[in-house]
Amino acid sequence: MPYEPVLLARIGKPDSAKLEGYRADGGYATAERAVKEMKPEQVVTQVKDSGLRGRGGAGFPCGLKWTFLPKDHPGPIYLCVNADESEPCTYNNRILMEKDPHQVLEGIMLACFAIKSKKAFFYIRYEYGDAFRAVQGAVDDLYAAGLLGTNIFGSGFDLDVVVHRGAGAYICGEETGLIESLEGKRAWPRIKPPFPAIEGAFRKPTIVNNVETLSCVTQIMRRGIDWFKSLGVPPDPANPRDAGSYGPKLYTLAGHVNKPVCVELPMGVTLRELVEVHGGGVWKGRKAKAVNPGGLSMGYVDVNAPLKGADGKTEYDIPLDFNGPGKVGCLGLGTAAVTVIDDQTSMVDVLHNTCQFFAHESCGQCTPCREGTGWMLKITDRLRRGLGRKEDLDILIEVGDRIGIMPGTTICGLADGAGWPVKTAVRKFRAEFEAAIKSGEKSKYAKSLAMAH
Amino acid sequence: MGVLTEDQKNRIRAYIPKYPRKQAVTLPALHLVHDELRTVPNEAIVEIAELLDLHPSEVQDTMTFYAFFKGEGQKNGATRLWVCRGLACMLRGAYELIEHCEHKLGVHCGETTADGRITLEFAECIGACDGAPACLKEDVHVMDVTPEKADQLIEELRAK
Ligand SMILES: Cc1cc2nc3c(=O)[nH]c(=O)nc-3n(C[C@H](O)[C@H](O)[C@H](O)COP(=O)(O)O)c2cc1C
Ligand code: SF4
Ligand code: FES
Repeated sequence: MPYEPVLLARIGKPDSAKLEGYRADGGYATAERAVKEMKPEQVVTQVKDSGLRGRGGAGFPCGLKWTFLPKDHPGPIYLCVNADESEPCTYNNRILMEKDPHQVLEGIMLACFAIKSKKAFFYIRYEYGDAFRAVQGAVDDLYAAGLLGTNIFGSGFDLDVVVHRGAGAYICGEETGLIESLEGKRAWPRIKPPFPAIEGAFRKPTIVNNVETLSCVTQIMRRGIDWFKSLGVPPDPANPRDAGSYGPKLYTLAGHVNKPVCVELPMGVTLRELVEVHGGGVWKGRKAKAVNPGGLSMGYVDVNAPLKGADGKTEYDIPLDFNGPGKVGCLGLGTAAVTVIDDQTSMVDVLHNTCQFFAHESCGQCTPCREGTGWMLKITDRLRRGLGRKEDLDILIEVGDRIGIMPGTTICGLADGAGWPVKTAVRKFRAEFEAAIKSGEKSKYAKSLAMAH
Repeated sequence: MGVLTEDQKNRIRAYIPKYPRKQAVTLPALHLVHDELRTVPNEAIVEIAELLDLHPSEVQDTMTFYAFFKGEGQKNGATRLWVCRGLACMLRGAYELIEHCEHKLGVHCGETTADGRITLEFAECIGACDGAPACLKEDVHVMDVTPEKADQLIEELRAK
């Protein structure tokens, strides 16, 4: 039986973004019940026990993060909604905001009730103009209906939602970069600790959650823990630190697929099934060569490489849960944005494009990231001009290995995400890179100087 | 006499109660000014700083971090047209599209047409990869942009 979408259930309905329609579908009944009948701690417990992990990239258990707030804090406590969604090739938050903003806003209401926050800042990347207008319109309607402001549902619960627009910088998605940007400063990520739960926006305890995470909160409070846990993948018994990969997930498909669409499936679909079935296969009758399984920061999968310990299977067969991509050397599930690269595409061009992004978006605060992303771009640019040197590949891997919070040389994870695609691409497609260096062949794009910065 | 009208100043002031600190109004104020004047001249920076009890250098510092904003001496055309160069778009013809638009408009990315109608720019992934190659017209996505569709769009923007 095909899976029936829940997070995307209302998408495609006429006026799916309107308050009346949302309420007619049972919307805000869950928030009303929670606010009137539950204690905030009970909401925290329900979200925690559902096993929900953050959808913004890091996969941190959501309810657990909420418990990190100081107990009995006099307030204010803030919620920051992370709608910066700038991880390349990711677009599921956009669909949720444009088409069903009230599902997100009900999650915000529930989350704020749970964490005892009276104010949420909804930080939306500037490029999402339509999403901004849909969310702002929904917020305005809620105020008009008395569902935001003071004494919501006559229960004494107060909440304001402020919609705030970004200004075209990827680093504003990093949670402390977002906070700095919200405060009106340059978006330089902060050194942690203190984590935002202790000292966040305006130096107050703050929870940062992604749009999809908050949409899941709505559905968990509406449908219960058992529903959420009936979907996805339980913890790996061999790994005591695994928190499992429960619930539905929005996968976005892009690149060389026949159908670049956003699909909702229980967590854990294989990459192969996602691309071949839900994405309608690779375009133009070609074959896939590489896949980026979760946003550029996650690195590359070699579709033809044998999967260790699984006879006859390849990296194409990994499950897209929180553990799957890591098994083939990728950084993680990331945003579950899947980009397919066909067998006629040069990995040199793909990697140059990737390095161009990170060099452009490094905030420049940490020398290893600022310089490292620049060096990796320079080297890949050399490669695509047919001027690569034989030592370049090892230098790329070395730089990629040394920048990031994992090697401990930078403040935030952008640098890890810059290194990972470089390391995985060069290691997995080394023969192709070596051949390009040897032949000195120029990329078809090498002449383009227009974007040389 | 500054560059901001009283109406603009009032709209900036209206943001202040929403935030615990006035400095948080920096981005909303910059957007408002930038959108309407197509640039943020130095004088406007001073006026924003006054409204928010900041030093002009604080507003300037924030503004220049975001390459998005054009400052003194730079100005956007009537419409900003961004062509995405992200991976999903590159895989579906973004580099060719950028070149096409540059030829059609006779400008490089970052420049404005002589008639002041269109400023062409490249963008990193704009989150419209389901419509790659994609463009952004001011802040609205245009999806599946073929060269023909780009030509049509450009004609519309020229005539607007
Ligand atoms: C460079 C960088 C960019 C990020 N961009 C985003 C983003 O656009 N959206 C997002 O939700 N999380 C992003 N994150 C993750 C956030 O820091 C944070 O973990 C997340 O918003 C927490 O929400 P969640 O627990 O609900 O996933 C980014 C992290 C890094 C290091
Ligand atoms: S790692 Fe890079 S992006 Fe992150 S704070 Fe340091 S310089 Fe900025
Ligand atoms: S790569 Fe162009 S919209 Fe995502």
